[in-house]
Amino acid sequence: MAAIPGGADHAHDHAHDHPSGIMRWVTTTNHKDIGSMYLWFSFAMFIVGGIMAMVIRAELFEPGLQVVDPDRFNQMTTLHGLIMVFGAIMPAFVGFANWMIPLMIGASDMAFARMNNWSFWLLPPAAILLTTSLLVPGGAAASGWTLYPPLTVQMGMGMDMAIFAVHILGISSIMGSINIVTTILNMRAPGMTLMKMPLFCWTWLITAYLVIAVMPVLAGAVTMILTDRHFGTSFFNAAGGGDPVLYQHIFWFFGHPEVYIIAIPAFGVVSQVIPAFSRKPLFGYASMVYATSSIAILSFIVWAHHMYTVGMPVAGQLYFMFATMLIAIPTGVKVFNWVATMWRGSLSFETPMLFSIGFLFLFTLGGFSGLVLSMTAVDVQLHDSYYVVAHFHYVMVAGALFSAYAGAYYWLPKWTGHMYDEKLGKLHFWLSLVFFNMTFFVQHFLGLAGMPRRIPDYALQFAEFNMISSIGAFGFGLSQLVFLVVVLKCLKGGEKASAKPWDGAEGLEWTVPSPAPHHTFETPPIIK
Amino acid sequence: MGLSLLSGLAQAEMKLNLQEPVTELGHKVYDLHLLMTIVCAVIFVAVFGVMFWSVFVHRKSAGHKAATFHESTTVEILWTIVPVFILLGMAWPATKTILAMRDTSNSDITIKATGYQWKWGYDYLKGDGAGISFVSTLSTPQPQIRNEAEKGADYLLEVDNELVVPVGKKVRILTTANDVIHAWWVPALAVKQDAVPGFIRDTWFRAEKTGTFRGQCAELCGKDHGYMPIVVKVVTEDEYAAWTDGQLKAMAAAADDPDKMYELGEFLPRGEKVFAANCAACHQANGKGLPPAFPPLDGSKVVLGPQDDQINVLLHGRSGTAMAAFGHLSDTEIAAVITYTRNSWGNATGEVIQPSDIKMARE
Repeated sequence: MAAIPGGADHAHDHAHDHPSGIMRWVTTTNHKDIGSMYLWFSFAMFIVGGIMAMVIRAELFEPGLQVVDPDRFNQMTTLHGLIMVFGAIMPAFVGFANWMIPLMIGASDMAFARMNNWSFWLLPPAAILLTTSLLVPGGAAASGWTLYPPLTVQMGMGMDMAIFAVHILGISSIMGSINIVTTILNMRAPGMTLMKMPLFCWTWLITAYLVIAVMPVLAGAVTMILTDRHFGTSFFNAAGGGDPVLYQHIFWFFGHPEVYIIAIPAFGVVSQVIPAFSRKPLFGYASMVYATSSIAILSFIVWAHHMYTVGMPVAGQLYFMFATMLIAIPTGVKVFNWVATMWRGSLSFETPMLFSIGFLFLFTLGGFSGLVLSMTAVDVQLHDSYYVVAHFHYVMVAGALFSAYAGAYYWLPKWTGHMYDEKLGKLHFWLSLVFFNMTFFVQHFLGLAGMPRRIPDYALQFAEFNMISSIGAFGFGLSQLVFLVVVLKCLKGGEKASAKPWDGAEGLEWTVPSPAPHHTFETPPIIK
Repeated sequence: MGLSLLSGLAQAEMKLNLQEPVTELGHKVYDLHLLMTIVCAVIFVAVFGVMFWSVFVHRKSAGHKAATFHESTTVEILWTIVPVFILLGMAWPATKTILAMRDTSNSDITIKATGYQWKWGYDYLKGDGAGISFVSTLSTPQPQIRNEAEKGADYLLEVDNELVVPVGKKVRILTTANDVIHAWWVPALAVKQDAVPGFIRDTWFRAEKTGTFRGQCAELCGKDHGYMPIVVKVVTEDEYAAWTDGQLKAMAAAADDPDKMYELGEFLPRGEKVFAANCAACHQANGKGLPPAFPPLDGSKVVLGPQDDQINVLLHGRSGTAMAAFGHLSDTEIAAVITYTRNSWGNATGEVIQPSDIKMARE
């Protein structure tokens, strides 16, 4: 690929037109500014959700009630889930998309620059609604992030605040996704065919369609809860002709694709990082695109595997089991492709690569526990137990979060113009790896032994593993502060980064200077 | 606290697998899980063996030069097809187990389990013992939960009235709920079934040996979700016959005469019992509640106001709040508990609500 770096000098002409101070950030329509805001916002939410996780693990440190009462405990698990899913992980990957997609496809900015600003600025009000709901009478929603009725009909106004927050976050991510689809389909540089795009752009194109398809479904589901609560409808109330299980079907029709909304951009990031540090092209690019698309399509037809115990007909259980098992095939293809990319490469292990290998290893473990859970008969034992908690944290934390860290370390030199502190970065990785497994691996055993999830207190046979898990969680939480130090150090200074600081990296983003100037590719590069 | 923890550590063993099953189906599930875990572990070791080989051998620092290959149709087709066959091999035993699991026909005994916030109600509907009906509530004392007393061996897994069933008989459990969704889960029996308000679901088990098997509610059902265990006591047929006999006689003796007129003094102890079993979890034994979610009854406008309003709240609940409907209690129990709340703590109305008042309100 050859490219002409677009008008770095030109940017200086415009610099003085821009508002400065806080108004620069409020009014900005620049994809890099908005990308940075998304990333900072998601990290702040990650800390808030993380503190809630610490409260949960502190309460579970030993049997008995010590830290919070059971009602507060349920509020913590609920907000931890909602904040991590909608406030931390999703905005983090939208931040990557904003920063990197225009740079990767040679576009000057996102397609709808003003809408991009609005997509971001919808997030803080939603975050405020969610966090301040802890302070209102009755406290925050305490129903788990899945918000199952009829329990959600019993809650106080904190529930309504959560519903409105979900609405706002949904609008934000739908707008962000429309922007991404339009940018990718219309603004690629001449010669950049779809099958020449970096895989990260492909994964986001597919993810954006998932978001547009399912976020309205979630909005519909929570709106039905709202009208059941306040306007006398009975969508989910058997006494009025409704059915509580209907909600679960609607929710998981959103909820399962949501898992892939989080996972697929993570696949995209590691598909950029692993080839760069293997100094070898991605193995099976075309099959990666097909596998990702297959996963996305399959994600729409497996939702009821979250509901094996609601009492569906046996034919339904069998269908959802077979469909779920199918997902193992494209997922396996992806894992094999990543391993084959590393095979006979020239590997080096900078922090982005370490996090990618960590992702590969632990995400696959989460995939295997998912395969175990897909077996209806086994799932009936493990459903709503700590085995499930372990499973989805392997996918969400070791999957999505590790991949986000891989991406952050990989592109930090491009964003800041400085190399990050490699020693601290590696320390961050190893601490995260050890404490992550200490926290979540033992939860498999807790689930197998029969510990239900979402309980503030437990029987004595679960004591040791819970204590190990809590110590791991405190360690994991503290280790994340290392990342904050790395980023702040990197912003302040450090070794100057060249335009292409990684010798094995490929792509247009490495053809512009580091830090990337405010405006890039005002004249599109030509791709041969 | 430290002492209770130490004793806890001494009692517990680090269990790494599913609980030991006591039903035929449980053994199948146990074996299926073990098979799956082993297959997954083998694949995991194979794939990451290759990866770590690469990590150690193909390092830049070891001077390894990168190859340039980036596709191989043969290999890619192979690693798509092979997993299909592995999955087919897994699907076969999994399907057989589910088909066996869902066959609830020809049960010897049928028991309805009703989830309430936060306890289980059991009604023996069919087979020996039909007609027995009781409520099963957590019996772990509050001081143990609050770390003021040493925790017992069955901390949080003990109830006042255990579900008693005979060994070797097919027991069908119908699940439903009164308020929100609960789930009836006993790991050793390999049974978990959601209890959905307004609907009846079913599951079954046939215990192979006698003993006491403990489980918990598995679906988040509000504040005390962690405090509604399930204890199943499997006994021999003779013991079961003796138990049903005793239960039925005791129930006949304890049956209330719905037309009896009560005096305040004799009615208050009954009301206090009903209150402790149904109301104290939220409104607290001292009537102070846990505001704002669970309002105090001491000095409450509803409790000191018109009787009909309070009766109505108890019978139908209050929508939009955590106050559930308690219409499943008998007229006598509702009358007793209302009388109790109107004459306890600082409340002193002197009024006695009679079962007949409740009967009228129901009509």
